[in-house]
Amino acid sequence: MSMILTAVLVLLGLALIFGAILGYAAIRFKVEGDPIVDQINELLPQTQCGQCGHPGCKPYAEGIANGEPINKCPPGGESTIQALADLLDVEVLPLDAEHGEEKPKMVAYIREAECIGCTKCIQACPVDAILGAAKQMHTVITDECTGCDLCVEPCPVDCIDMLPLPTTPQNWKWDFPLPGAAVIATDAQRGAA
Amino acid sequence: MNAVSPIRIWDIPGGIHPEENKHQSTAHGIETVPLPKQLILPLQQHLGARAEPAIEIGERVLKGQLIAEAAGMISCPLHAPTSGTVSAIGPAPYPHASGLEEWAITLEVDGQDEWIELAPIADYRSLEAATLLEVIRQAGVSGLGGAGFPTSVKLKARPEQKIHTLIVNGTECEPYITADDSAMRYKAEQIVAGIEILQHILHPEQVLIGIEDNKPEAIADMRKAVGERTSMQVVVFPTKYPSGGEKQLIQILTGKEVPSGGLPADIGMVCQNIGTLLAIHDAVLLGQPLIKRITTLTGDALQHPTNVEALIGTPISDLLSFAGLQPERLYRLVMGGPMMGFTLQSTAAPIIKTTNCLLAGTQEELPPPPPAQPCIRCGLCAEACPAELLPQQLHFFALGKDYDQLKRQNLFDCIECGACSYVCPSSIPLVQYYRAAKSDIRALDLQQHRSDHSKQRFEHRQERLQRETEQKERDRQARAEKAARMKAAKEAAAAKPNTDADDSSNEPDVARLQAQKPSGLSPEQKQLKIAAATAQMALKKANKQLAANPENTDLQAQIPELEQTARDTQEAFDKAQGELATQPAAEPVAGADDAKKLKIEAAMLRANLRKAERAAGENPSEEQQAEIAKLREEAEAADARVPAAPAVKQPVDENLKKAKLDLAMARAAVRKTERELTSSPDDADLKAQLETQQQTFNAAEQVLHDAELNSPIPPPERQKVDKKPVDETVRELKTNLATAKADFKRAERELQAAIDAETDTAPAQDQLTATRATLDAAAKAFADHMASKETH
Repeated sequence: MSMILTAVLVLLGLALIFGAILGYAAIRFKVEGDPIVDQINELLPQTQCGQCGHPGCKPYAEGIANGEPINKCPPGGESTIQALADLLDVEVLPLDAEHGEEKPKMVAYIREAECIGCTKCIQACPVDAILGAAKQMHTVITDECTGCDLCVEPCPVDCIDMLPLPTTPQNWKWDFPLPGAAVIATDAQRGAA
Repeated sequence: MNAVSPIRIWDIPGGIHPEENKHQSTAHGIETVPLPKQLILPLQQHLGARAEPAIEIGERVLKGQLIAEAAGMISCPLHAPTSGTVSAIGPAPYPHASGLEEWAITLEVDGQDEWIELAPIADYRSLEAATLLEVIRQAGVSGLGGAGFPTSVKLKARPEQKIHTLIVNGTECEPYITADDSAMRYKAEQIVAGIEILQHILHPEQVLIGIEDNKPEAIADMRKAVGERTSMQVVVFPTKYPSGGEKQLIQILTGKEVPSGGLPADIGMVCQNIGTLLAIHDAVLLGQPLIKRITTLTGDALQHPTNVEALIGTPISDLLSFAGLQPERLYRLVMGGPMMGFTLQSTAAPIIKTTNCLLAGTQEELPPPPPAQPCIRCGLCAEACPAELLPQQLHFFALGKDYDQLKRQNLFDCIECGACSYVCPSSIPLVQYYRAAKSDIRALDLQQHRSDHSKQRFEHRQERLQRETEQKERDRQARAEKAARMKAAKEAAAAKPNTDADDSSNEPDVARLQAQKPSGLSPEQKQLKIAAATAQMALKKANKQLAANPENTDLQAQIPELEQTARDTQEAFDKAQGELATQPAAEPVAGADDAKKLKIEAAMLRANLRKAERAAGENPSEEQQAEIAKLREEAEAADARVPAAPAVKQPVDENLKKAKLDLAMARAAVRKTERELTSSPDDADLKAQLETQQQTFNAAEQVLHDAELNSPIPPPERQKVDKKPVDETVRELKTNLATAKADFKRAERELQAAIDAETDTAPAQDQLTATRATLDAAAKAFADHMASKETH
């Protein structure tokens, strides 16, 4: 009898101890928020352009976490879709043309002679990349511009152009070699020939 | 350490032995190129940030003058290589694999070669290391071996790590290049002096000068220059490409490997190129900034391959023509060696600080690569790799653009030496794959960095906007509160009796009390307050009327033969006036009692009026008439105030309203008949009419009571319901109506009280009769006003 009682008491004691440890761990190592959303957000290009239909990259990340398709981000393009597919272990989808197409990286350029200093573009810029004040000429801080296009629409005098980022020796990239000539024809090449 | 004791030589893994082709350019020593007409000085000749121009277009500069400043820590200043005039600052041809232009300062040479004043440091040993480093930095010295890393930064890369070994790189392992070889042959003394400066700065335990055994003249000259110095040692080792790589040379001379991704300074070593040591010597001992360098001009397309000491910025075309270029033979112009160099797309570009060789190759010399064939997994590349990487794995991952795998395979430890491509039996341009993959990965990293940066900026902006919105909301609330306070204060000011004539000492305190009252009033309080304010307005009006007739009082005092009745009236008037005078002070603070007080007041005034009328009798004197008129006015005004007070109360119950209207009509009829009856008291018809009319009136009264009982509005409020706000345009009319209604209301309320107290109706009945009498008297006054209204 006392054996059974001892066993019950020991098990009860163990249960209490482990319960306390688990309870403490649940508080001490609590994970704030949804980590997957942050991981997705890390992969998005952070242009905050809204082409996906969300008001920024984070909301789209939340959308993706809730099962939205991963192919709505034109600025991120194929590489972002690939990265998202890898992260979420889903199929790679082609970019949804409804939300735009992948373009080379652009930067906004203000034709300064035409700028009337209305500050509308400054208010539209999600990353504060436009410098200026009321009735003063505005200009774009090229290094901060994400090329999101959001400043183009509000400009009342249409003095903002989206220009492709010029290639400089600093950002120039080596090309991959062209595929070499095949010495042995494969079936596919025979069909094409 | 003994200088003559043989030092152990290690070997590096892999490596190749390509045709050396060094002898062609060593026959003529170091030649000097005539001054070119124009120099192009790119602002980016080093690793790091682009230099900032420090001169203006059109400015004349002297040889050695600073023309561009270092922009940041890892950057390098730029100096004019000769005297001349700055003709342009802007994009200009640039020696780069891309063939793109880069910002440059273009200098039109004036041929005078006029130096600025130089400040050579003869006794550098008396200076601090930091001072010397600053001198080297200001002289614009960057690595002349190939990468172009700013030398002063490299020398203090790891301040916490003691440098115990200084390695001087005289290897020059790449075919064709002999720039360092000739420097060692002809400028050995200066090189050793440069080493001594670095010894003074770094205090290394040993200095190892590594030279491949294919340069016997250089070895002999360097040994001679080192002489009896025990602190430095010339180490000769077998020729093998790529022994001259920094990490490879360290491994050969010390057997230690630089950790992956690390710097030689991490293992207490620093490696400097022969050309860099020459530049350090010039900078410190001659005071000359880095404006020239030794460059090898070689290749079969040149008739006169040689080494030249050329000014930085000299156009390549000038140098090639100096070396006797045969344009028809030139197939490919390479900057650097055949293994690691890149093809130049234009000869307009200048040489820069890192240009150690220009190779003008013929087609036989640099044949186009044969077409690449599939990898056969032979493994020769892995055997050749000096960094012990797996080139074919890297190749496949690069083909698949699997950047994570490439990083895991240590792609960034690849020194792009080209040994793998050299040995590849399938002629796969492996290095090009690695370079492309590296630049892709760098671009992605940069993009990731930028997107993190953008995210941060976006989040900060969101935060800021949020803050601003909250601030705006707070401001708005503050404004609303302020406005409410202002409104309350205004109301208090309005409620503050404007009775300066009556009392001026008491009011401010009351007003202050009012102003200090919290604005958060309950609806009832608010209503009472509004009522009080309205009552105050009415009171003000009464006071004005009073002030308009002050001569009345004087008149009374001046006429001693005034009749007794008139004196009574006067007394009553004075009393009423006294009431009026004290009223304002009490009113604002006790809004709830206002209406009651005003009613009492009005009732008293009416009583006085009746008394005066009675006293005046049938033939009132002029005096009396005036008095009566005045009193009536007073009474009317007082009455007007009473009903005006609750004017803003609840909406009117429709039934109640109708009942009241009916009652009023019935009463008007009764009064009319009564008036007629007074003029002809004997008319029986009229008496009968009055009888029926009074019955109708009573019935109407009953209907009203019923309506009142059924009304959803609670009795205390309902009592005030029928009091309409005073309309500005028909104020006179309304005042008259209000007087009549006030009279009736009194009776009505008493009636109501009687009904409420159901058990005892007798006193209520008595009260009703009394009210009826009062009503009769008031009806007379009302009739006069009705008449006046009709004429109006």
